[in-house]
Amino acid sequence: MKNLTPDFHLSRNAFGRLVYSHNDGEVHEGIVPVRAFPIQAPESGIALVSAEGHELAWIDSLTNLPEAERMFIEEELASREFMPEIRSIRQVSSFATPSTWQVETDRGNTSFILKGEDDIRRIGPTTLLIADSHSIHFLVRDIQALDKHSRKLLDRFL
Amino acid sequence: MNTDPLLAVSGAQHLPGAWRTEVESQLSGNEEILAWMEVDLDARLHFSPGLLLVTNHRILARLPDEMAWQDWPFRAGLALLQADHAGVGTLELHDDHGRLARWRYTLTHNIAAQRLIEHFEQQVESHATGQQAICPVEGICPNCKAPIPPDEDECPVCHREIHVPPSTWTLFRLWRFARPYRGQLLLGFLLMLGATAATLVSPYLYMPLMDEVLIPFQNGQQIEPGTVALYLSGLFGAALVSWGLGWAKNYILALVSERISADLRTTTYEHLLQLSLEYFGAKRTGDLMARIGSETDRLSVFLSLHALDFITDVLMILMTAIILFSINPWLALVTLLPLPLIAWMIHFVRDRLRTGFEKIDRVWGEVTSVLADTIPGIRVVKAFAQEKREAMRFREANRHNLLINDKLNRTWSLFSPTVSLLTEMGLLVVWAFGIWQVSHNDITVGTLTAFLAYIGRFYGRLDSMSRIVSVTQKAAAGAKRIFDILDHVSSVPEPTHPVHLDRLSGQIEIRDAGFRYGNRAVIRGVDLTIAPGEMIGLVGHSGSGKSSLVNLICRFYDLSEGAIRVDGVDIRSLQVAEYRKHIGLVLQEPFLFFGTIAENIAYGKPDASRKEIVAAARAAHAHEFILRLPHGYDSLVGERGQGLSGGERQRISIARALLIDPRILILDEATSSVDTETEKEIQKALDNLVRGRTTIAIAHRLSTLRQADRLVVMDRGKIVEIGPHNELMARQGAYYRLYQAQARNVDTEMEDTIVKEAKVTA
Ligand SMILES: Nc1ncnc2c1ncn2[C@@H]1O[C@H](COP(=O)(O)OP(=O)(O)O)[C@@H](O)[C@H]1O
Ligand SMILES: [Mg+2]
Repeated sequence: MKNLTPDFHLSRNAFGRLVYSHNDGEVHEGIVPVRAFPIQAPESGIALVSAEGHELAWIDSLTNLPEAERMFIEEELASREFMPEIRSIRQVSSFATPSTWQVETDRGNTSFILKGEDDIRRIGPTTLLIADSHSIHFLVRDIQALDKHSRKLLDRFL
Repeated sequence: MNTDPLLAVSGAQHLPGAWRTEVESQLSGNEEILAWMEVDLDARLHFSPGLLLVTNHRILARLPDEMAWQDWPFRAGLALLQADHAGVGTLELHDDHGRLARWRYTLTHNIAAQRLIEHFEQQVESHATGQQAICPVEGICPNCKAPIPPDEDECPVCHREIHVPPSTWTLFRLWRFARPYRGQLLLGFLLMLGATAATLVSPYLYMPLMDEVLIPFQNGQQIEPGTVALYLSGLFGAALVSWGLGWAKNYILALVSERISADLRTTTYEHLLQLSLEYFGAKRTGDLMARIGSETDRLSVFLSLHALDFITDVLMILMTAIILFSINPWLALVTLLPLPLIAWMIHFVRDRLRTGFEKIDRVWGEVTSVLADTIPGIRVVKAFAQEKREAMRFREANRHNLLINDKLNRTWSLFSPTVSLLTEMGLLVVWAFGIWQVSHNDITVGTLTAFLAYIGRFYGRLDSMSRIVSVTQKAAAGAKRIFDILDHVSSVPEPTHPVHLDRLSGQIEIRDAGFRYGNRAVIRGVDLTIAPGEMIGLVGHSGSGKSSLVNLICRFYDLSEGAIRVDGVDIRSLQVAEYRKHIGLVLQEPFLFFGTIAENIAYGKPDASRKEIVAAARAAHAHEFILRLPHGYDSLVGERGQGLSGGERQRISIARALLIDPRILILDEATSSVDTETEKEIQKALDNLVRGRTTIAIAHRLSTLRQADRLVVMDRGKIVEIGPHNELMARQGAYYRLYQAQARNVDTEMEDTIVKEAKVTA
């Protein structure tokens, strides 16, 4: 579906909320863009959801949108999405859980507590999702791409 | 301790050292820090440290990615809004015209954030009204409102996660289960000592047999039958004694180890049953079953077989060493030389094997999980003709299993042959050195024979001892997985000083309740007071948090924020089991255990008389259909038992709830999965049940809630409307819309129900 000229436009109000205005005059404040497949296919399928939780629009791909709308959505997504991608595991406090992991992520260095091996989930052949004790999800996009030391540490938990 | 007057204010004492000087330079003379929190994420959600402070004048912040401080003096109209999404909390500072600032933090800091907001709101209000701010009571957890003991910083209720890994010496923790049998264990040990010593007698007798009988004979002397008979009977006696002692030892220790593992199994299961639903939600059934079933069995085998053998071996090696040294120290030294080498090798391989075996266990759990997933869902599998795919999934799990086993076996298969090789080498060295010594007349042929006989056994034991490495690692991995369960503290903990409520009036008070599954908030700021005997109808779209709310009232989970009180007592300070005795729960999908109908009805009150059971069944409108079954109340139901329809099962579960005569009754979609005809039957049963009890009924069909005193409409975790049917209809709000939607289109409702049912069975 080509929706180069969508039937809505977006703006931001003084409270920092995204405002959705449909061409037919309908206006929603505080809408949020939500990726339908945040891990497997983050780029395709984004829904605009109203503050009440109803879907307002479906966007197959951001590239089909006008510049301004795309900017707003990307901005909003960037400030909402939080799934640090683990680049390297520097240290784990123990191989028995709960264990504290020191990691380097694409969002800087941090540490977190892994409560149990069950919190490491496989999604797809080389991708892992690790939930910490506060349910923040850390992504390992490609195990093979990690350095040897990290792989070795990780391997002990798999 | 901090004596700085600026910072000695509560809430500020614990300001991390790194921040302290920087903060002090920002504060004016009479400014006090009231609350602070670290904001650890910057605007792009990268980890980086920042600080947010509330003082008695203003709110002060240093953004993570900026060096400069920003501040906003208190004035009317300032508001601090909090939200969280996917583990990230957001605080926004607003005034009437727009957003002034925004801070982000990981939920680790959520408690600090709550405290900060509380102080902020108080300050803004006091600046607006000009009245002195009443500081929030410090002794109360800002998160759950539970009192904090004066000597602790953190709320014991909120902060109970254990972050210490179990020690690697897990196997020794089994001692807790072995303690009751320490008498038998000691006896077994003594027997073992005796038996082992007896086996070492015979090689010792080879010496005189060789030196006094055989070699003199070769040199032309006569064999003396008396001496020979003496030595031979010595050999025979030693064998006999070692047999007898060995038998007694094996028997006693096997008995004990079997008991230890049985205790372990029951203790683990009992502990498991105490854990909250949260734990079960996160675990795979197959995995839990494997842990309690086969792991404990494996431990038993380990204790009764491998560990015993190992201790025997160690004893034997020690005794042998002593004997060898007492005969000839030099030869003994040469004989024992390869021992450290082998020990080193065992140590080297140990680590690789242990992780390997842990892995194998986990993969094994995966394999059983596939089974536990598929077999209960077999109807869905067949309905969608997905047998092939499930077979594939199983095959895949097995392939993974093979892969990991193969990897481990590469190391493992090299292990035993290498030990054998070392044994041969050791023998070779002893032969060589022995011959050399004999040629120098340092030792006799008899001594060499005895040595060879000893180390034959000795190295034989080393070989079997090397096997202990793998079984110990397996057992340790198993023990760890069992202790993982045992170490897990229920997230619905028993209070240390429980309050007892004998009689309950059934008043329920929900205050400022918040709850999240992981990082998803599903209940937010719910306030509700239910009078004793009142009937509340809980309505709202599917997924609006109705079941979650009743789960909280039942204390299947504990609140993340706020409190629930029953008769004015926080349910967290009641004993869990005692509290649940007062609650009758009827669910959409009634679960019947394998057993008779009577047993199922009496599940919550096993000592109920037959009369009571029949009365409950009558009131639940189940009596008549039960009588139509071939064995009446004695018909077997549940898995593998008599098939019952959904409505019939539901009425049995209603009778079950009726029998315990609860003060609080919770009906979660009790009639949603049955047809309207059956629903009428069940409704009649429910009318009996509801009478005089505090009732919370969730129903998809709004018409079934007509006798509710008040209806509570929920939407996305919040209460949006409360009131009786007529009032809510007149108000034309959320309830009105729900009602209209149902009345307008019965078809969609039907569809809805079908979709829901499909979901439930799926
Ligand atoms: N065990 C669980 N883990 C995670 N989320 C859950 C769990 N149970 C329910 N939820 C989520 O909580 C929300 C409320 O669910 P629920 O209380 O069952 O709704 P209702 O009973 O009103 O249909 C839903 O969005 C649901 O997806
Ligand atoms: Mg529900």
